[in-house]
Amino acid sequence: MKNPKLDSKYIIVIGCGRLGSYLASYLSANGNSVVVIDKNENSFNDLSVDFSGFKIDGDATQLSVLKKAKMKNADILIATTLEDNINLMVAQVAKKVFHVPKVLARVFDPKREEVYAQLGISTISPTSVAAEIFIDEVNKPNTQDGTEQ
Amino acid sequence: MKVIIVGGGKTTYFLSRNFTSKGYEVVIINRNKEESIKLARQLSAMVICGDGSNIQVLKEAGIMGADAILAITPNDQDNLVICQLASLKFDVPRTVALANDPNNTEIFEKLGVSAFSTTHIVSSLIEQRVSLEHILNLLPVSEGKVNVTEIVLEKSSPFVGKALKYIELPENSLIAVLIRDNKPIVPRGNNDLKAGDRLVLITLPDNHGAVLKAFTGEGK
Repeated sequence: MKNPKLDSKYIIVIGCGRLGSYLASYLSANGNSVVVIDKNENSFNDLSVDFSGFKIDGDATQLSVLKKAKMKNADILIATTLEDNINLMVAQVAKKVFHVPKVLARVFDPKREEVYAQLGISTISPTSVAAEIFIDEVNKPNTQDGTEQ
Repeated sequence: MKVIIVGGGKTTYFLSRNFTSKGYEVVIINRNKEESIKLARQLSAMVICGDGSNIQVLKEAGIMGADAILAITPNDQDNLVICQLASLKFDVPRTVALANDPNNTEIFEKLGVSAFSTTHIVSSLIEQRVSLEHILNLLPVSEGKVNVTEIVLEKSSPFVGKALKYIELPENSLIAVLIRDNKPIVPRGNNDLKAGDRLVLITLPDNHGAVLKAFTGEGK
């Protein structure tokens, strides 16, 4: 599955919702080999026309599905499903069982995120990210038209 | 002892009843409102309706003082995360997760969570009980590293009529007890074997099959 292009990576994206389909399409359009996994086949309709990777219709919490996606060859795994626990489980399996070098998981619950930081799983919490941006904006001095300074 | 069970269905109901009867304090966490109400009516356990992988819900269930947590929901990812949160954040000494997908048993163990699979247990029970009626697995000792098996010696067995000292048993196996006419005998080399004897065998999982074959005469 290694791509001949030097800067190309083998990337597995779990979940093909708004975030997953966007990432998969973007990464594929940028010359990476991308495999996207989703339980719901219809969700693949959200992929852009530029997407040239593989789609696997299956449950990422099942080992057989991850094997089918050739997880052991992956350079990067991104878990973006709407369920924190699925993302956390798949991320850990990728890291500890398949030794994927870079593993990223979306976790909505910031409290859960803390615990997994201990385990060395890189998590991104949309809640914390949005909160930070809001707080930054709130702390900025007001301008007349509301634009940034 | 305080036990938290996360899950629903009959398993949760009967486990909770079982634990309560032993005098344990049981708290159930269930996601479904109607089922929670039903469980609360049927059981003396405290029932909390909520997501067991939510830290706030775990706190409400009194996870700080819990001795054990059992995660038996139908979703493996939830069971894993529940147990990890319980042990990493709240130092619960014993956590057990149900692996609905039997392949996940091994994965959970690798991720530091002790797990069991009903599929594994039931299928091995069926294999042990049904495939050979005259062979009965009594109990696995030391987490299945040692098997204790009872076998009825059939006429066709190559060992019938032989004294023990002339029987070559495969390595790592032993006839622990011989039961003849309901009388148990701890056999010595001079005891001979007769058809209809019940033997209690000690084997290791590696040679278990080979030992049984030697006794039944199969595969010769």
